[in-house]
Amino acid sequence: MKMKKLGLTAALLASTALGLAAPAHADGTVKVGVLQSLSGTMAISEVPLENAELLAIDQINAKGGVLGKKIVPVVEDGASDPAIFAQKATKLLQQDKVVTVFGGWTSASRKAMLPVFQRLHGLLWYPVQFEGNECSPNIMYSGAQPNQQALPALEWAEKQGYKKIFLVGSDYVYPRTANLILKKHIAHDGLTLSGEEYVPLGGTDFSSIIAEIQKAKPDIIINTLNGDSNVSFFKQMAAAGMTPDKLPVMSFSIAEPEAKAMGPSLLAGSYTSWNYFQSLPGQTNADFVAAYKAKYGADSVVDDPMVHGYEDVMIWADAAKKAGSFDPKKVRNEAVKLGFVDSPLGQVKFDANQSMVQTGYIGELQPDGQFKVIWSSPAPIKPVPYDPLTFPGKSCGLHSNF
Amino acid sequence: MHESAFLIGQVFNGISVASLFVMAALGLALSFGLMRVINMAHGEMLMLGGYLAYLTLLVVPGPLGILVAMPVAFLGAAFLGGILELTVIHRLSTRPLDTLLATWGVSLILQQAARNLFGAIGVQVVAPTWLDHTISFSTGILSGLTLPDTRLFILLVAALILGGVALLINKTRLGLYVRAVNQDRPTAAALGVNARLVDLTVFALGTGVAGLAGVILALLGPVTPTVGQSYIVPAFLVVILGGLGSLVGTTIASLMVGLFTALIEIYVDVSVAQVLLLVFVILFIQIRPQGVIAVRSRALEG
Amino acid sequence: MKPALPITLLVLVLGAAAPWLISAYELSLLGRFLAFSLVALGIMLTWGEGGILSLGQGVFFGLGGYALAMHLKLEGLDIANGDMPDFMTWSGVSALPTLWRFFVNPWLSLVYVVLVPGLFAAFFGWLVFRRRIGGVYFALITQALALAFATLLVSQQALTGGFNGLTNFSTFAGYDITSQGAARVIYLITFMLVVAAYFALRWLLATRFGTMLRATRDGENRIRFLGHNPLPYKVVAFTIAGSLSGIGGALFTLHAGVISPALVGVVPSIEMVVWVAVGGRGVLWGAIAGTLLVNFAKDEISSALPSLWLYALGALFVLVVSFLPGGIAGMFSNPRLPPRLLRRRQEVVE
Repeated sequence: MKMKKLGLTAALLASTALGLAAPAHADGTVKVGVLQSLSGTMAISEVPLENAELLAIDQINAKGGVLGKKIVPVVEDGASDPAIFAQKATKLLQQDKVVTVFGGWTSASRKAMLPVFQRLHGLLWYPVQFEGNECSPNIMYSGAQPNQQALPALEWAEKQGYKKIFLVGSDYVYPRTANLILKKHIAHDGLTLSGEEYVPLGGTDFSSIIAEIQKAKPDIIINTLNGDSNVSFFKQMAAAGMTPDKLPVMSFSIAEPEAKAMGPSLLAGSYTSWNYFQSLPGQTNADFVAAYKAKYGADSVVDDPMVHGYEDVMIWADAAKKAGSFDPKKVRNEAVKLGFVDSPLGQVKFDANQSMVQTGYIGELQPDGQFKVIWSSPAPIKPVPYDPLTFPGKSCGLHSNF
Repeated sequence: MHESAFLIGQVFNGISVASLFVMAALGLALSFGLMRVINMAHGEMLMLGGYLAYLTLLVVPGPLGILVAMPVAFLGAAFLGGILELTVIHRLSTRPLDTLLATWGVSLILQQAARNLFGAIGVQVVAPTWLDHTISFSTGILSGLTLPDTRLFILLVAALILGGVALLINKTRLGLYVRAVNQDRPTAAALGVNARLVDLTVFALGTGVAGLAGVILALLGPVTPTVGQSYIVPAFLVVILGGLGSLVGTTIASLMVGLFTALIEIYVDVSVAQVLLLVFVILFIQIRPQGVIAVRSRALEG
Repeated sequence: MKPALPITLLVLVLGAAAPWLISAYELSLLGRFLAFSLVALGIMLTWGEGGILSLGQGVFFGLGGYALAMHLKLEGLDIANGDMPDFMTWSGVSALPTLWRFFVNPWLSLVYVVLVPGLFAAFFGWLVFRRRIGGVYFALITQALALAFATLLVSQQALTGGFNGLTNFSTFAGYDITSQGAARVIYLITFMLVVAAYFALRWLLATRFGTMLRATRDGENRIRFLGHNPLPYKVVAFTIAGSLSGIGGALFTLHAGVISPALVGVVPSIEMVVWVAVGGRGVLWGAIAGTLLVNFAKDEISSALPSLWLYALGALFVLVVSFLPGGIAGMFSNPRLPPRLLRRRQEVVE
């Protein structure tokens, strides 16, 4: 077993006694945590996200840091394992004394970290779209709520005249809950649900599901498959003669990097719903994309979660400047009052419920692997963690306790 | 779509899945029958086949790339398998459980190597355009049934591999040695059969087949560092069901697994089907613990 | 080989004093790794002594962990008035499932932690061993079991919390389990259980049962020819290992604050075997030492050099198994077990 100096224990006891650890170091630096899966199944998505978060930190430091302090990122590996996420979050808050943490991808990792942040009074910035149904005072949710990604997709499909909808997803929490919400709205809007099928995470055999699809003859497929299963799904659909140009597919988990890896030829003409595309107009986005490519290679691409991770760091820095402090509670209180800021995503802000107000976009995949925006919500959409139709009577309280 | 067409479609799907499993499991079953060892890195031979297909298609693009990729993947995987046999498997040949653990370690290393070489997100292997068609039925009870050319092609390749290996084992001198060592290693060795060389050859042949299977799998699935893991557990179940090192047993077992899965998926979702498959296997070995076909009894060993 | 008395005493004293010697974070690591070592002791019993290699111990770990976690999720809820754990809402459940009602009582849940994995292991072991399926076959079937169990947990989201698992616990039987003081108590309970399991197994292996188990490992057919039935010894060993894994899983859930399918599947299950392989499958303390060593190494290496960790873990498997089958403990002991254990050809189905 490992023995550290007794001094550490003493320091820890002292800091616990004082309530909260001293936020910044006297040497002109301040530590923040970056906690993503650098190994395991999720590393594929989370390493680029970590890159984007580190890029934001670099950019802020290049401009002199925050409140006169240079930001020092403490990078930890969540190893695609929720228990390790909880363990490393504890380490970052207790041992490294970071003032805030950027990280997480799966809901499993967020759920495992939530009690840690609540118990140790930390603040987590979570950048990925999720199934809602959660609001913790200790988490800033910048990824889309269901009403900012899934419902805009349905609204768009409805406007296109698609009536029979087939749901295909990986068998885990986000697809099941997103589809629960979608089914309520499909019924409410008078559309037809022509099927709902799930494969286990990483599943590769779609022959039975494709037979179901051929039998049901839907107008559009809403696809919540995760990762590699998408490759199998689209390849086997194509083999069965159902390419996206013949039977439209709306995907929620395919962004620029996935499209690049799977090959645009396989996916060309398929649709996705996000709050950001690399192809969005605007100088802020152009600058971000250029900076990312300059740091991580000219052929790298960026996607929605990465930009959310990047923007989380930026808004944290702004809020800390406003608050004149790194205290997590003060930063949070300022972050929800900042108002709209210009970002690569367009105009965004944190709402009082600590989720992000942002625009919904529908993109169509082009042969070059980029998405063409074919529809966008008329105005930034307010985040609704509990869909009123599906979860009546539930809502987020506004948090004063921390 | 006619209900019977749907059912026949599912039987076809079951056979199609079985053709993937038989290619994935054949090498495992061969070396298991001969050497009593399970190579946990077998899935990574499938993965290697996929990456070799990717590399071949970079060099030989166009419609015939995939046909070139198959021998390339066979040789590449057989070569790596040979090295594995010489360095790890042979050393541990008297300790089957340790072989299992050591080869699991090898599989971790190979996965990470693929990740570092090609990236975690996988590479792109596209089926050639001559496989872009389907055979559709529009009349009679088969109305609505669609058979993709890709799946028919895979069935053909699986049948050719099975036939080729069967010829090799039953009609050639090498096959004679393999059967001899399989039946009685010490006696075969005493009669001058180089059992060491037979082990090495069969192991390399088995991994080579897996590499070839990897090319085929890439037509229907992803090529990623962890792709082997998605096929390996069903392949193990095929080996358990099939019995020791029998080609016929492996084929029947693959068909059982494929058809069971495809037919049960009419009623339950894919996750539950996976669980029921295991229940089926455990119930099956209650009735026939030796598997579908047992080449010989091992009752008095140990 | 048994460690010398002074060393045993020193380890006991250091272990018991750890809450006051190391930081809160290090204590939480040590606690969860000690919980893992209960699993390792079970593997040592079945694999090292019984020759039964299970690649599915994560299943029993999960059963114990979930048994406790299900109770912890219910604690503080007003069940009579229709309160449910939060995940059930977003999984579309309208009333608390019957299965969950068994877990309302905290003390009964503790009984389940031991009984559910134990009984399942007994049933599964009996089914498989009675058809004389062992060796490589058993390893592969248990690996399929681990995959099926994890898949089932994920897919039955309404009952199990799905991929997210169960998390966010606050009290047990009314006691706060999240405070720093509680962490020390949970650590000490873990430490005491590991010590108790260690001495209990040491005793068990010295009895006739231990002798028969080893004899079964070294020559199952000879045991049969001598008129003994090896089945009960194998089933009992596998059952004890299952219960130990379950207790380990429950303690881990308390330390980590989460149990999820990611902790019980194929990869975690096989990692459990590597702890024992590294520590030494032939020696009880080796299992504990191996678990602590591998896990602390993982904690140190994986964040600094994540891709190196996988190479290291893979190489560890290959090198230890090939060149150091007795593990670390084997380096300290005279080779009591090797010749037979190492030369033995595995029995397979007849």
